Amino acid sequence: MSAPSLELIGFSKRFGTLAALDDVSVKIQAGAFHALLGENGAGKSTLVKCAMGYYGADAGEILLNGRQITIDHPRQAHELGLGMVYQHFTLVPNMTVLENFVLSREHVPAVIDWASERKLLKEFFSTTPFAVPLDTPVADLAAGQKQKGEILRQLYLKRNLLILDEPTSVLTPDEADEVLTTLKKLTQDKSLTIVVITHKFREVNAFCDTVTVLRRGKLVGTRPTAELDNDAMAEMMVGQREARAVVERDQRDPGEPVLQVEALSVADNVGQLAVEDLSLEVRAGEIVGVAGVSGNGQRELVETLAGQRHARSGGMKVHGERYTATRPEMIRHKIACLPEEPLRNACVAEMSVAENMALRSFDQPPSSPDGIRLRRAPMRDMARRLIEAYRVKTPGPDAAIKGLSGGNVQRAVLARELSSEGDLLIVANPCFGLDFAAVAEIRARIVQARNRGAAVLLVSEDLDEILQLSDRIVVMFDGKLALQTPGASADVGSIGRAMAGH
Amino acid sequence: MDDTSLGIWGVPLAMLAGAIRVSTPFIFVSIGECLTERSGRINLGLEGTLVMGAMSAYGVALMSGSPWLGVLVAAMVGLLLGALHAGICQLPRVNDIATGIGLMLFGTGLAFFLGKPFIQPKAPNLGAIDLGWWSSIPQVRQALQVNYLFVIGIILAFALAWALKNTRWGLIVRLAGESVDAALAIGASVNRVRLIATSIGGAFAGIGGAFLSLYYPGSWNEGLSSGQGLMAVALVIFARWDPVRCLWASLLFGAAGAISPALQSVGITQGYYLFSAAPYVLTLALMIATCSPERSLRGAPGELGAVK
Repeated sequence: MSAPSLELIGFSKRFGTLAALDDVSVKIQAGAFHALLGENGAGKSTLVKCAMGYYGADAGEILLNGRQITIDHPRQAHELGLGMVYQHFTLVPNMTVLENFVLSREHVPAVIDWASERKLLKEFFSTTPFAVPLDTPVADLAAGQKQKGEILRQLYLKRNLLILDEPTSVLTPDEADEVLTTLKKLTQDKSLTIVVITHKFREVNAFCDTVTVLRRGKLVGTRPTAELDNDAMAEMMVGQREARAVVERDQRDPGEPVLQVEALSVADNVGQLAVEDLSLEVRAGEIVGVAGVSGNGQRELVETLAGQRHARSGGMKVHGERYTATRPEMIRHKIACLPEEPLRNACVAEMSVAENMALRSFDQPPSSPDGIRLRRAPMRDMARRLIEAYRVKTPGPDAAIKGLSGGNVQRAVLARELSSEGDLLIVANPCFGLDFAAVAEIRARIVQARNRGAAVLLVSEDLDEILQLSDRIVVMFDGKLALQTPGASADVGSIGRAMAGH
Repeated sequence: MDDTSLGIWGVPLAMLAGAIRVSTPFIFVSIGECLTERSGRINLGLEGTLVMGAMSAYGVALMSGSPWLGVLVAAMVGLLLGALHAGICQLPRVNDIATGIGLMLFGTGLAFFLGKPFIQPKAPNLGAIDLGWWSSIPQVRQALQVNYLFVIGIILAFALAWALKNTRWGLIVRLAGESVDAALAIGASVNRVRLIATSIGGAFAGIGGAFLSLYYPGSWNEGLSSGQGLMAVALVIFARWDPVRCLWASLLFGAAGAISPALQSVGITQGYYLFSAAPYVLTLALMIATCSPERSLRGAPGELGAVK
């Protein structure tokens, strides 16, 4: 296997009126570890999907090892040795690793001899830098192992140019380093060329030799990483724009405990304990950040607090009273909740923006004078006020909320939840998939809530977000708290190790 | 025959006999549905297929004198009904649950309409293997009268389990059921895979129907199936989409169905109708026990039940 070079020349792609790509050219050297950097919507994914044949580009030429080729279908790309690893997993969860690998091969025999396939794959794994258990259903693998499996499958299929789309977003820093280090070695041996889509500067600096920056569908430039520092990269990425808004936080001491979680145990979808004997306290006027790699019980914890899931044992208290996440309790204690994927977890997608914004208060005056009849006009008025105050981009209060972009759904839900001036705010991954401007604004709103005295529980997979916002940081690993530390004196190294279970 | 000679031992024996006799249609329908669901499609119309199979098998056996020809025709009818379901479900914006219910009503209605002339005459029965030759007790001998289709059903369950695990075809069926994207990525036609799986599933259900009319109870009338096709569909969920577990579950249901006649045979006649409801109660109890709003079922095909 020898690493190929790839050149994309003059790629353009329009979706309707939006120019997703506008005359972008990139040259990727043989054996390069090439980063593709850019904000959400900069066109990184569109570019590689055009190259892989998922989209037909409006214009553009591909040179592989200097020879012009055409790729109209992903299968053609695969035959040429191009492979892609996605942010989300593509291994089939209900099948074992072995079944997944054999099935993805070009020619599968009519009757499969599992003994010999297992032997062949074991031999293959002895030549690869890492291995995954063969007979485990993929659903039972940890995120890091799944991602390793995805990469191993590409190598197994003899792909020698890999495009990785944010491959480390679900991994701990240690896992990410392990995977990227071994891939780096393969590129240095000139047996693999790698293009990695990322927004993590740390990984670009540590592993990539060249970086191409895209902004709003246009090429900003391709430079050796050695010539760039973080500030220069950030400037290429976001352009001339005011720097990230520093969140203003008042100096204040935390007040009375608002939320107390006591020895809580919660089962996950397959009946196993996802949260185990967890105790936690959030006081008025403080943000407690829950760090951790996804899948360590954070989702189940938030679902329990939001009333979407029942606890198996243990309990919760709000303002010292027993709390079981019923609607009357949430209203009485002024609890606000911004769960992850708000379109799915906190909205009715088919309903209008105004109706969604009224979900907490539709059966109370003024939206309903008696709890039976509904009045549209006050709902719409309130929605208009919130749309303006939180700058939700929507055609109007009567538009269906599913038509809004992710950031605007997030803003709409945050507007609804914060408008009641809650005492307890539960937030999960509030900035996932949003661009810089939206991120800064939503973080500022969360800190504002804290400044006025609300207790905030912030669950996030983004460690930077946790570090930036939290007064106190806890790390969740395998359903338990692995570490508790004050935010001001937090040591990133020990947090990272706790996230990885050390 | 002296019914009381075995005393209370007659009950488990009768339940064993029932498990063998009554379970056969459950085995065929549930294995067929298992295959269909593993490919990512639900066919609720198997109740209709079962009744159509029973009627056509009986009619053909009556006219040709050959019960096995009847079984073959029942399988063909089932195949066609399965293919019809698959074909309709391939159309855009068609829901397979609604289509299945439609085909269930269509199948039973058509069978009653076409089967009117076959209610009175007596068709030849399928034969049985006498496994009770060693015993002198008549009940034991009777209980161990095993029909060929029962044996074929057991073989089919193991064969399907093997094929789903060890053949390219089986893996592609599972892939179509787990992830349409992954199936497309390896170049498999999801619609074609599901067409084949649904058709074969229909054929199995048709054979199950042939057993009803040609062996036990062994005649054709409109109350023949009484929902066994639907219960078999529920049974697949209980069996976690595993053909061999479908087999065990079918035997369990067969035994439950035999409780009431077995109790009657030892003289317990109180609550006859209550015990007749045992399979239905069992269905409900199992569904409640195995379903939970907070747990997703392990082993459920990923593409199943996705609302399109």
